[in-house]
Amino acid sequence: MVGADRPLHERTPGVEAEESRANVLSYTVGFGLAVILTVMSFVVAQTNLLWEPGIPVGLVVLAFAQIGVHLVFFLHMGSGSDNTNNIIALTYGVWIVFLVIAGSCWIMFNLYANMM
Amino acid sequence: MLGRLSWSAIPFDQPIPLITSVVVILIVLAVLAIVTVKGWWPYLWREWITSVDHKRIGIMYVFLGLVMMLRGFADAIMMRTQQAVAVGSAQGYLPPEHYDQIFSAHGTIMIFFVAMPLIFGMMNFVVPLQLGVRDVAFPVLNSVAFWLTASGALLVNLSLFIGNFARTGWWNYPPLSELAYSPGVGVDYYLWSLQISGAGTLMGGINMVTTILKLRCPGMSYFRMPVFCWTALASSMLIVAAFPILTATFVMLLLDRYVGMHFFTNEAGGNQMMYVNLFWIWGHPEVYILILPAFGVFSEVIATFSGKPLFGYRSMVLATLAICIISFMVWLHHFFTMGAGADVNAFFGIMSMIIAVPTGVKIFNWLFTMFRGSVVFTTPVLYTIGFMVTFVIGGLTGVLLAIPPIDFVVHNTVFLVAHFHNVIIGGVVFGMFAAYNYWFPKAFGFTLHDGWGKAGFWCWLVGFYLAFMPLYVLGLLGMARRLQHIDDPGWQPLLLVAELGAVVIFLGILCQIMQLYVSIRTREQRRDQAGDPWNGRTLEWSTSSPPPPYNFAVMPKVETLDAFWEMKQAGRAARQPPYEAIEVPRNTGTGFITAFFATMTGFAAIWDIWWMAILGLLAIVITASAFGWSENREQEISADELSRREDAWLSPGPAA
Repeated sequence: MVGADRPLHERTPGVEAEESRANVLSYTVGFGLAVILTVMSFVVAQTNLLWEPGIPVGLVVLAFAQIGVHLVFFLHMGSGSDNTNNIIALTYGVWIVFLVIAGSCWIMFNLYANMM
Repeated sequence: MLGRLSWSAIPFDQPIPLITSVVVILIVLAVLAIVTVKGWWPYLWREWITSVDHKRIGIMYVFLGLVMMLRGFADAIMMRTQQAVAVGSAQGYLPPEHYDQIFSAHGTIMIFFVAMPLIFGMMNFVVPLQLGVRDVAFPVLNSVAFWLTASGALLVNLSLFIGNFARTGWWNYPPLSELAYSPGVGVDYYLWSLQISGAGTLMGGINMVTTILKLRCPGMSYFRMPVFCWTALASSMLIVAAFPILTATFVMLLLDRYVGMHFFTNEAGGNQMMYVNLFWIWGHPEVYILILPAFGVFSEVIATFSGKPLFGYRSMVLATLAICIISFMVWLHHFFTMGAGADVNAFFGIMSMIIAVPTGVKIFNWLFTMFRGSVVFTTPVLYTIGFMVTFVIGGLTGVLLAIPPIDFVVHNTVFLVAHFHNVIIGGVVFGMFAAYNYWFPKAFGFTLHDGWGKAGFWCWLVGFYLAFMPLYVLGLLGMARRLQHIDDPGWQPLLLVAELGAVVIFLGILCQIMQLYVSIRTREQRRDQAGDPWNGRTLEWSTSSPPPPYNFAVMPKVETLDAFWEMKQAGRAARQPPYEAIEVPRNTGTGFITAFFATMTGFAAIWDIWWMAILGLLAIVITASAFGWSENREQEISADELSRREDAWLSPGPAA
């Protein structure tokens, strides 16, 4: 029942020709990067390494880097030969998160503004 | 030792819950006794409780949904009766604190434990068969998901006997649901049962998305999938995106209640409006999670019984996907009156009107499918036509409510109650009844009695209009929702009509029970030997009724839309040996055991019995790990066995 054995024209879309092989090295590298990024965000928040008003920006940058590390090393985004499903799912997820956060901020700040 | 739990939790002083409890306990004991005396336990355990077969799990989901519908309907008719009699000087028979629990339980049960299990049951049963595959992507996860849903339902029902349920309405808004205003266990019952069943729902959604994206039979490209699979995909994507938001919101409220945090309190920087906002970011997609699979059912039913391909397949798919996106952009219309400015309200009002467009497209598609078709008026078709008429009315009142100035007038009145019952009964419930009548022969191997089915349909349709059209009028007259007592005697005649409507719906339920009883008694005459009683179009009708555990002995090969119909036209429908051995997943008790301990944990957390909660959590981790390390999870069905089973179906001898 492995779709990849079938000839291309009758293969279920999204089934990859060969499973990308994750190995111990890639997981270790990913884990190391994740730990470094986590430690860095604590350092940034609790020391004056960064110019103080820039700290939130620094944390946001580190958070996005962390998301990237997780996507590439643990969820293997972008390593398969046919990634359509993954890309669509990621786009959908990013879009929903954007709607939830931006929409909530817009609504809640609007409520505050009307209470002034 | 037992936390807050003591004998005072049993409602000895309230006759209605006490008598209900005793009767329900006696019924449950009687059922258990019959099962024990007849020696059915080994069969139930082997074939159903531990089953990882998507068809069996689907049937159990539907069973759970139907049983819980009886509970939810009992709540409904109690409320209607109270409102019909408690007018002027009369106080009715339900005290306010009991009435408040009833409307909260009614909403919670009908959404989470009736509508959700029904759509999950239908998706579970039908989607793999329509895709031409042998199971869902994660069969054991499927079992866990079902049993967690059942666990949540059990906790909600326990609140009837031990303690009480939330008095906060089914949204459970703070600050009323905060510890300061709801110190009892009611809100905790609500939160824990929905957290547990929500985890199950999320697992089920992930399973469905993966199944549809990754497991399709050869040749089943996206644009050859039946519409029901498309709607199941869209609904499951919404589940995966929306349910974590609900879970996170409830976690915050739990933290407020259990460890004194201040997410939604009035003091210390909390903001209850944030709860309302987050709740409806989940809540609006939830509406479409429920209705999309019903749209899929109507599409299948109307195409099959018109003997024509569905009109505008691609526009149907696009409309479904458009709803999938836009449904995340309208949530503020549930709280126009909370105080946002004109720009915010206008944006969400316009978006709410836009989302009516794809639904309108679908209505026209169904109408054009029937146009010049030879429509057979079976029970599922009656439900479909009843849906089209009723849902258009509900949709139009929805567009009215999407206009913020009108919403300000009828907000929190029974006009709104009439609107959402109009779309949920007229849409989701009719859809699920159509699906039940349509796929029943596939699930059990015999058709349902059409006469009793039609009687049930007419009672539901007439009862619905009698029960809810008066509420539109009363809402415009200014009657607030959730009233335990009515001051204005002028409203009583319409409330009595609504009560009559509830009674007619009750007759409809009785007809449906009769339909099931009569059909089982006469099942030998109504056997579905060929597996295709309706001259169907999609692959689920190409296998036997009920399908074998492996669904398809030989994988179907799809070359067109409406695959089975085209195969029949081309004379390719008969499958041919040779058969090859098939591996199917072995049954496991993991799901049931996990849910058992989840119930224990939830119950312990509600009553602050912390040692038990910790033990339950540990047991869940151990159960999951034990499964993770287990081996030998598959069993093989040999080619000989396959050919024996298939021959028995394809050429029934005198013994069959």
